[in-house]
Amino acid sequence: MSHKVAAPGLFDAGIIKRAAVDAFKKLDPRRLARNPVIFVTEIVSAVVTVFFVRDLVAQNGVAYFSGQIAAWLWFTVLFANFAEAVAEGRGKAQADALRKTRTDTHAKRLIDRQNRSGMTDVYEGVSALDLRLGDVVLVEAGDLIPGDGEVIEGVASINESAITGESAPVIREAGGDRSAVTGGTTVLSDWVKVKITAAPGSTFIDRMIALVEGAQRQKTPNEIALSILLSGLTIIFLIVCVTLWPLAIYSGTTLSITVLIALLVCLIPTTIGGLLSAIGIAGMDRLIRFNVIATSGRAVEAAGDVDTLLLDKTGTVTFGNRMADEFIPVQGVSERAFVDAALLASLADETPEGRSIVALAKSVLGSSTPTLGPEAQIVPFSAHTRISGVDLPGQTLRKGAVDAVTAQVKSVPVDFERAVERISRAGGTPLAVSENGRLLGVIHLKDIIKPDIKSRFAALRAMGIKTVMVTGDNPITAAAIAGEAGVDDFIAQAKPEDKLAYIRREQQGGRLIAMCGDGTNDAPALAQADVGVAMQTGTQAAREAGNMVDLDSDPTKLIEIVAIGKQLLMTRGSLTTFSIANDVAKYFAIIPALFVVAYPELEAINVMKLASPQSAILSAVIFNALIIIALIPLALKGVPYRPVGAAALLRRNLLIYGLGGLIAPFVGIKIIDLAVSAIHLA
Amino acid sequence: MTSIGLAQIAIVLIAVVVAAIPLGGYIARVLAGERTLLSPAFSPVERAFYKFSGVDPAREQSWLTYTMAMLAFSVIGFISLYALQRLQAYLPLNPQGFGGVPADLAFNTSISFVTNTNWQNYGGETTMSHLTQMLGLTVHNFVSAATGLAMAFALVRGFSRAESPTVGNFWVDLTRATLYVLLPMSVVVALVLIALGVPQTLQGSIEATTLEGAKQAIAIGPMASQEAIKELGTNGGGFFNANSAHPFESPNAFSNMLEIWALLVVPLALAFAFGRAVLDHRQGRAIAITMMIVLVAGALVAYWAEANGNPLLTAIGVDPSPGNMEGKEVRFGVATSALFATATTGTSCGAVNSMHDSFMPLGGLVPLFNMLMGSIAPGGVGAGLYGFLVLAIIAVFVAGLMVGRTPEYLGKKIEAREMKLAMLAVLIYPLTVLGFTAISVMLETGLASLNNAGPHGLSEILYAFASTTDNNGSAFAGLTGNTLWYNTTLGVAMLLGRFAYVIPVLAIAGSFAAKKKTAASVGTFPTHGPLFIGLLIGVIIILYLLQYFPALALGPIVEHFALFAGKTF
Repeated sequence: MSHKVAAPGLFDAGIIKRAAVDAFKKLDPRRLARNPVIFVTEIVSAVVTVFFVRDLVAQNGVAYFSGQIAAWLWFTVLFANFAEAVAEGRGKAQADALRKTRTDTHAKRLIDRQNRSGMTDVYEGVSALDLRLGDVVLVEAGDLIPGDGEVIEGVASINESAITGESAPVIREAGGDRSAVTGGTTVLSDWVKVKITAAPGSTFIDRMIALVEGAQRQKTPNEIALSILLSGLTIIFLIVCVTLWPLAIYSGTTLSITVLIALLVCLIPTTIGGLLSAIGIAGMDRLIRFNVIATSGRAVEAAGDVDTLLLDKTGTVTFGNRMADEFIPVQGVSERAFVDAALLASLADETPEGRSIVALAKSVLGSSTPTLGPEAQIVPFSAHTRISGVDLPGQTLRKGAVDAVTAQVKSVPVDFERAVERISRAGGTPLAVSENGRLLGVIHLKDIIKPDIKSRFAALRAMGIKTVMVTGDNPITAAAIAGEAGVDDFIAQAKPEDKLAYIRREQQGGRLIAMCGDGTNDAPALAQADVGVAMQTGTQAAREAGNMVDLDSDPTKLIEIVAIGKQLLMTRGSLTTFSIANDVAKYFAIIPALFVVAYPELEAINVMKLASPQSAILSAVIFNALIIIALIPLALKGVPYRPVGAAALLRRNLLIYGLGGLIAPFVGIKIIDLAVSAIHLA
Repeated sequence: MTSIGLAQIAIVLIAVVVAAIPLGGYIARVLAGERTLLSPAFSPVERAFYKFSGVDPAREQSWLTYTMAMLAFSVIGFISLYALQRLQAYLPLNPQGFGGVPADLAFNTSISFVTNTNWQNYGGETTMSHLTQMLGLTVHNFVSAATGLAMAFALVRGFSRAESPTVGNFWVDLTRATLYVLLPMSVVVALVLIALGVPQTLQGSIEATTLEGAKQAIAIGPMASQEAIKELGTNGGGFFNANSAHPFESPNAFSNMLEIWALLVVPLALAFAFGRAVLDHRQGRAIAITMMIVLVAGALVAYWAEANGNPLLTAIGVDPSPGNMEGKEVRFGVATSALFATATTGTSCGAVNSMHDSFMPLGGLVPLFNMLMGSIAPGGVGAGLYGFLVLAIIAVFVAGLMVGRTPEYLGKKIEAREMKLAMLAVLIYPLTVLGFTAISVMLETGLASLNNAGPHGLSEILYAFASTTDNNGSAFAGLTGNTLWYNTTLGVAMLLGRFAYVIPVLAIAGSFAAKKKTAASVGTFPTHGPLFIGLLIGVIIILYLLQYFPALALGPIVEHFALFAGKTF
């Protein structure tokens, strides 16, 4: 896996500097209004500042105190802004790098689209920004591809490192599943004609820039729900503080607005309120550093909820290529004749499996290998028939999935079935070969299961996620591999529509599904799945249908994507719990401080034995501000996720963030109080 | 604390749990419209009701229609009860010749009974005619409880159904809850009470000659029947002003324990009914256990505070061994008085067998905090369950995130809409309780009603608004409530506490009912084990402590420390 997209460290000096400036810019109340908790904090900070100025002018002796409170309230707002700015800053650095690829691309727009190759193409030079949907451009070696599109003619090797970070060139050609090209990538050799499928400004790179920059960041559904909870708590504490004023008068104490506001800011959930958007941005950022682009934050959240993972066997569960291992002719067919036929049927097959058959056949046959003459009619493999082959004069050779081939033959010998069964039980893939509608034998293809995959599936099971392997193999083969790899279920002899049907069925049962795919025929399933990860090497249709794109085209990444989604939600929940639990200690600091003059008996609940009422209030406010700074690294890195069951996770997080949140401020406020009274701040 | 006292508390609570489990199953069957043991007797009556009122029992309502039906029913109940009180002087069955009830008191009383609060700013035996008592108050004792039960089941259906546009039929729920649950249970409890010596007669009063030879009219009447529904429906409105402390309402220790049992059993049974309705008994059990833990903890704190006696009285030579007996009945003692106080506020019943005003500060803190929590241990009939479920939704939302999934409770995803509605509901309490308390302490007229100054006076006002907002109806006493200011504001508090709270809850019911049910896996946050119970208790205590700690610190908490320092108010 490559991570070559610029990934600055957690506290890169440049980012910190920029974030510190941004923290002040974000004081603009119009921007802060998006975040109700911090918005309220800003308003009351302004109010306390006014009181500070009044105290200063009136020289009533409390200016020293109210000035410090005002300062720390402003710090609370600034720290929250800073947290968001740091999170955004990391994305901005990446966006700048991407933006460079977008500037000043010239396009060669074809004027006469009917023109076929073989004739000189007529084109005009235009700016990439003037391209419209449906325009066809010619891109030749050394050119930047001017926009997202589909290759309609030609084949070229393309360097996509601008997007994927992977410098090895990839082949893009017309037709098939490798026709999509991305603006900003470079053609290294040959030429292609590209039909533009995205208008300027909405290309893949544009979307990527917007995403990493957080410019178009919209609150995700769960974030909105959490914001509502936080706003509700803010209103409750507003009520508590406003009504406390008359209750205090009744009790013989006139509270100053400054201390009431100090109490309010300590109670409202500023910790989570200040870190909430940073958590969301950092979650997207983690994904991007994994070379996965999510088209919306909603998809990242959904990833945390996934119940079922649909994984293609090939490339995920097993290594991409199955290798031919053995030729088993049926009774009455000589091994030599069978191997000859298998070889002929595979010569035109450029898949790794086909090549492995050719290689094995050549080693069996020695030097005298047949070749295909010009009269040979190649029958290419199709996902639908699952058969390929070759038509020679008087000889129709077919090779393919056992059930597909046997469906075309007159009889199936018993020993053939036995061989198929033996291969399947061993986890291999049987490939049937027929000649003129007669079965010749079966080729044993061996699947090699990835070594670490079993433990990963076990981890997923512990997380409560079901894994489903999708394969074109027959059920027996599929079951053998499924058993060996440790997946929970499999779809054998899968056709594209089977995937879609399976997803629909699971969703009907109330489960969320994630899958990855690259082909155009995966597009419907990708769109139907709750989390659809399209491979960067896939077709445009697949990339449009999914809600994430994996730039490394590595299907095993689904597992990391799920973990990142869970981590995002966990971080939110843990910091919310921490924030609310913190309030208990603040009450024990502030309430006795407010009323100890009227009711000296309340000194009994000053359990922290804070030095003076003023230092108690100031210490609580300082703690409240500093805790935001202290938690920024956690918000950005996320709460560590472990693949254990929900109950164990909850127990652990409740202990750390719930109980910890109750205890930590008692210790923190006490320490700050010692410092505050030692240096005579209050 | 004595072992006998603890044993009394244990016996009552065990009897409650033992009865609540089967009763819960029965209630769930009744509200699901299934046939029950009593169907042969009641289904003809039920059908006749529907036919007469033109209700099609098979036709279900959306949450909005359900809510409108509930509101319409409550408004009609309010208007008719108001009219009945104002006009009782011109109506029959008024042997004592009481005049019409004054406007503000009639307003307060009507709301009080329609909202299942039974806050009484009057002495029943000296204000209300027999007709008003029977046709007005007693009818509402049944139907206001049945309304609560119905609304709770609308929410339960939100959880048990998937992709359903409807949450039930209010009229059917109301009828079945009254007919199959409250009515038969009341008859049984009333008969037992009669056997224990509670009067049940249509006679107005009896003449007695006191030891000094003076003539005295002693009020009696159909008490056993009213007593039964007063507890079973968590109403709390007594026949006498002295409520269950009066020897006619509760003549002995056994009737006292029976009344505690009766006021706890239906609310606790609803937790089990919930488990049955959502087809997972463990869910109901977890809720029931949580409710019981909060209840028992409260009872033990109150008992402990009361059993230690008043140090000031001990100092002047009073024997502390019976505990703080001020305002308590000798025939009940400290243990069951503390349990009664905890139970009557843990539910939204509000009946009292002792004067909460005379409890020790911490003893009085328990009933006060119980009500500030919205009476959820185990809560009023219906109101307890739906109040508890709202808290569970909030607890699950925060804790559910911590397992790395968007939160869901019983397969229902908690999203922005549900969160908004839940927060709207929980906001009502601090807004009403703290808001009105704060205004009252700033007004001459608010302070004029106080019997005590200082922290105790604050506790009295806070208690009054907590009790009415919570639809509890118990009084701390010491506050003269029958004034224009308190009649009005306490009435508004009752309205807000009932309807402003429940409308968002019913909207949640509609929203959940329409949602898909997500499948559970090991990755799903488990809501049935000890961990969840612990979490719920933690969330409940912290959430409410944070809301009311300042007010409580200036009331009972400071009073406690002052009292032990030798200062009274």
